[in-house]
Amino acid sequence: MSEQPILEVKNLSKSFGKFKVLSNVSLKIEKGQLCALIGPNGAGKTTFYNVVTGRYRPDRGSVLFEGRDISGVQTHRLTSMGLLRSFQITNIFPALTVLENILAPLVVYHAKGYSFLRAIKKQPALADEAKHILGRVGLENKWDQVASTLAYGDRRLIEIALVLACRPKLVLLDEPTAGMNPEETDRMIKLIKELAGRSETTFFVVEHDMKVVFSVAEKIFVLNQGELLAEGTPEEIRSNQKVKVAYLGGYLDAKG
Amino acid sequence: MRSYKNLFLWFFLLAALASVPFLLPVYWIMILTEILVMSMFAMSFNLLFGYTGLLSFGQAGFFGTGGYLAVLTLLHGSTSIWVALVAGVLGSGLIALIIGWLCVRRDEIYFAILTLGFGMMLFTIAHNWRSVTGGSDGLGNFSVPEVDFLGVVLTLADPKIFYFFVLIIVLLGTWLLSRIVNSPFGLLLKAARENSNRIAFIGANVRSLRLFAFVIAGALAGASGVLFAMFNRIASPEMLHWSFSGKVILMTLLGGSGVFFGPAVGAAIFFVLEHIITSFTTNWMIFLGIILVLLVLLFPSGVLGSLLETWGRIRKGHKL
Ligand SMILES: Nc1ncnc2c1ncn2[C@@H]1O[C@H](COP(=O)(O)OP(=O)(O)OP(=O)(O)O)[C@@H](O)[C@H]1O
Ligand SMILES: [Mg+2]
Repeated sequence: MSEQPILEVKNLSKSFGKFKVLSNVSLKIEKGQLCALIGPNGAGKTTFYNVVTGRYRPDRGSVLFEGRDISGVQTHRLTSMGLLRSFQITNIFPALTVLENILAPLVVYHAKGYSFLRAIKKQPALADEAKHILGRVGLENKWDQVASTLAYGDRRLIEIALVLACRPKLVLLDEPTAGMNPEETDRMIKLIKELAGRSETTFFVVEHDMKVVFSVAEKIFVLNQGELLAEGTPEEIRSNQKVKVAYLGGYLDAKG
Repeated sequence: MRSYKNLFLWFFLLAALASVPFLLPVYWIMILTEILVMSMFAMSFNLLFGYTGLLSFGQAGFFGTGGYLAVLTLLHGSTSIWVALVAGVLGSGLIALIIGWLCVRRDEIYFAILTLGFGMMLFTIAHNWRSVTGGSDGLGNFSVPEVDFLGVVLTLADPKIFYFFVLIIVLLGTWLLSRIVNSPFGLLLKAARENSNRIAFIGANVRSLRLFAFVIAGALAGASGVLFAMFNRIASPEMLHWSFSGKVILMTLLGGSGVFFGPAVGAAIFFVLEHIITSFTTNWMIFLGIILVLLVLLFPSGVLGSLLETWGRIRKGHKL
């Protein structure tokens, strides 16, 4: 009865020049399972996302999305297939309003990207849908503000809403709480749990903040210097000797 | 409410433009005709520049291509202005498709340099292919066509009638552009201007978006070139020169690239100044240059853009 994994990565390697950033990484993500990828600075987490979403070509290895080999598929096609990612450094449309930010992916999703005679303002169904999506991240009251004028935490939420508007099957979140204050971080944790619990979408999170990781993830992968060091449930990772040495020592000592 | 106000503005603008030929001397009718033609050219350029965030330095190439194709059609093919117009628009759109296909692969300054290079190539073709284009003399000697309008035959040689002909084409082009910038496609162009790297991650192909905009801008530049060649009774290589592309950029910045009608206002200011100053002095370039520099410094968002910003601030102040 086991369904095929939504994402399967096999023996993925990537170097920049002589510098090996990913070596022989293999992992599987099951549909509906909230997984996290952790690792110290420069471990290769963002590069892993860049390779999976087609920004960089891997030197070796393959990536299967819903069982289909997606190596070499262009990024915008992966997006239409339902493979989405958010960015560690906020990557939105700054001079557009919050609503317009969300309308952009929606018109693409509804195949209206090249429709150019009917004004977007005369299509209220689109705006309603956009506001509904903004409601899911709690930005519905700020829809008419220019994105760049919002507070940092709210701009991070636009980043998430942009992803949701594409009706993703799998979302790779790259440090969603990066740079947030504790209150904003708590809000984000709640949001991720809620989204992952309620929707059809599978979430995969890269995080630095161990509090976030251990409170949301069902399964954790540990990356260290480009190699997959360990994988398992939060309990298994906590008690893993190798992980303790390489990475978690500080965090667990501080706690314990 | 807002759309009524818009409707009123449009009506007022139309009424003013339509009554001009009955109020002004022929000299000014002709200047206004030229302003209208250049307005459409500048607004089509601004679809790329202000809306898509692409600085093309080669738009004169498409402008000139339209002009030459129209004159060639009138000389060798048909005597109908409509056939000439369609040939100019389709031909320049096709050239824009080929050149654009190569140019949209690059961003920013590299895109600008590529368009400059292709513009220079088109200029060289017009300048050196004597047997077809007449070389540096250009292509004149065609008879200005008549238009058959609902059974009434009118000659475009009459400045008033030509003015109305230009007005109708320019209004059509402007209407098309205004539809585009308010459409879903227009929103994606603005998004690509704001952050081209994110476009792929919302599922769209930034190259094809840009190419589509490039072809529309090229075709409308071509339409403006057809009108320009009819107006001057000649298609000449200067129409394709890179300095002509520069003129359109200047007009756009002068009026304001952030507002839809900014480039049109820029074209009007440019021509009116040019005609007033040349009637005083032969060193007109110096004076025109000084005035333009002052305007650009005083109105950082362009004349229309800055005025609208100030007006917005005043109104906000009233409400508070
Ligand atoms: N385009 C690139 N060219 C050269 N080196 C790169 C490139 N992208 C990343 N690197 C290098 O690869 C290594 C891994 O970077 P990556 O951004 O994947 O790490 P990360 O795990 O996301 O780190 P962080 O936690 O700081 O975000 C770093 O040493 C980085 O300098
Ligand atoms: Mg990173």
